[in-house]
Amino acid sequence: MLRNITLGQYYPVDSIIHRLDPRVKLVATLLFIISLFVGRYTGYIVATLFLLTVIKLSKVPLRFIVRGMKAIVFIMLFAVVFNLFLTPGEVAVSFWVLSITWEGIRLAAMLAIRLILLLMGSSVMTLTTTPGNLTDGLEKLMRPLRVIRIPVHEVAMMMSIALRFIPILMEETDKIMKAQIARGADFESGNLIKKAKSLVPLLVPLFISAFRRANDLAMAMEARCYQGGEHRTKMKPLIYRWQDGVAYLLVLAYFAACIVAGRLLF
Amino acid sequence: MLIVDHLTHIYEKNTAMAQTAIHDINLVIPEGQFIGLIGHTGSGKSTLIQHLNGLLKPTSGSVFFHGADIHDDDFDRKQLRSKVGLVFQYPEHQLFEVDVWSDVCFGPRNLGLDKLNVELRAYHALKQVGISDEHFYQSPFDLSGGEKRRVAIAGVLAMAPEVLILDEPTAGLDPGGRDEILGQIAALQAETGITVVLVSHSMDDIAKHVERIIVMRGGKIADDDVPTAIFMKFAELEEMGLGAPQMTYIMDALRLRGLAVDPAALTVTAAYNSIMKALGMENHHA
Repeated sequence: MLRNITLGQYYPVDSIIHRLDPRVKLVATLLFIISLFVGRYTGYIVATLFLLTVIKLSKVPLRFIVRGMKAIVFIMLFAVVFNLFLTPGEVAVSFWVLSITWEGIRLAAMLAIRLILLLMGSSVMTLTTTPGNLTDGLEKLMRPLRVIRIPVHEVAMMMSIALRFIPILMEETDKIMKAQIARGADFESGNLIKKAKSLVPLLVPLFISAFRRANDLAMAMEARCYQGGEHRTKMKPLIYRWQDGVAYLLVLAYFAACIVAGRLLF
Repeated sequence: MLIVDHLTHIYEKNTAMAQTAIHDINLVIPEGQFIGLIGHTGSGKSTLIQHLNGLLKPTSGSVFFHGADIHDDDFDRKQLRSKVGLVFQYPEHQLFEVDVWSDVCFGPRNLGLDKLNVELRAYHALKQVGISDEHFYQSPFDLSGGEKRRVAIAGVLAMAPEVLILDEPTAGLDPGGRDEILGQIAALQAETGITVVLVSHSMDDIAKHVERIIVMRGGKIADDDVPTAIFMKFAELEEMGLGAPQMTYIMDALRLRGLAVDPAALTVTAAYNSIMKALGMENHHA
């Protein structure tokens, strides 16, 4: 039922991209996102090619990533439609009180391309990195922030707990949903109010179970004398390998290429 | 009557996470039987029982209820879910209403019955699981673990199912609560003649009540027979990480020491009679 939400889910195969240090992937994703806003037009061609190559290397089926796009279809339609109709400029088509301008078309197209690439790019990162690795990488990258008294470790810990709970709560939702369907509950038909009401038998048990789990976890952490912060060592410390260096260089090369390409035409 | 025909279920098919949970299962569940379903964790028991009331869609194969394919377009699956009641593991996690009474009414109300029938069924179901009137208007969250479990089971019983499937109804309960719940289920079965499928890890619980045992292993049915025949092969069961009732081990040990007892005796009474017979003291009574 909820299994077709692929956004933010780890895809367990072994590939060059999977084996990269999470820090490389985080920095690469950040640079990729920046490149989408800096480079334009031809820059997008470079970005698309780069993304497709990475996806190919990651061995994650493109179909699987595209399926995750379903989640943002609405947001995208919304943004595209508004940009199409509400951008002032030279009128291209007009009917009734609405008119589409050339600038609108341009903006809407840019926005759509940007959003799609952005989401695909970031889902490649989450699909190829386990949540644990991701937070480890983030913690390491944000380390310098400790100087200005930001509790980096605690933030990372909270993030990894939150990420860890997503699949658990999803499974729980699935289970409760099935249990209520077995009691004749109907989550699909009816109007909006009826649908919202039908969620009560799902949400109440879900909240109770989330609190119970949070409680259990806190208890278990305290029983093990958990203490965050200084002097904790890692079971699997992050160490750069030569492949990570190469990846950094390639990403920088892409970044440069994207910006240059964006300036070439227009 | 439920018929499972060449049923296969693969989770997350066509992805790297694809997992075959059950493979080519064939099964007939006639009316009125009390069946035990056993198997190691991950052997596909839960997947199989979810197919029996149409919560999952088979990857291939079909399930027939009273001769109709439950995945036919014109089959009323909502009706099926009231006829085949499924009690999940830890069913108390599904409680949500403000009081016990409303929670048990949830199922029959979803069937579209009128108020009188809904309440009759709820009252009847709560009585069947031995919840007394003073608990009816309490919050289900204030009850003890065993009581919560029984209220949740009542929530399914109130749908008046023809087939009742229980997934580990005694998990996490103390021996008292366990015997109480199993006793009530057995009494219900004897009284109304409904079909019961009991999924359990406790061989003693299974031995005490069921008339047929289905053993699952690696997504397939490894064995399907009467309890005495199944438990005679306790070495095989152990190899699957299961085991046999304590009485089987005692009888086997006695037999190895040369006492001609019946190794198929599963209950204390049967064992007592068999031992007395072997000792030539048949006429003594406990």
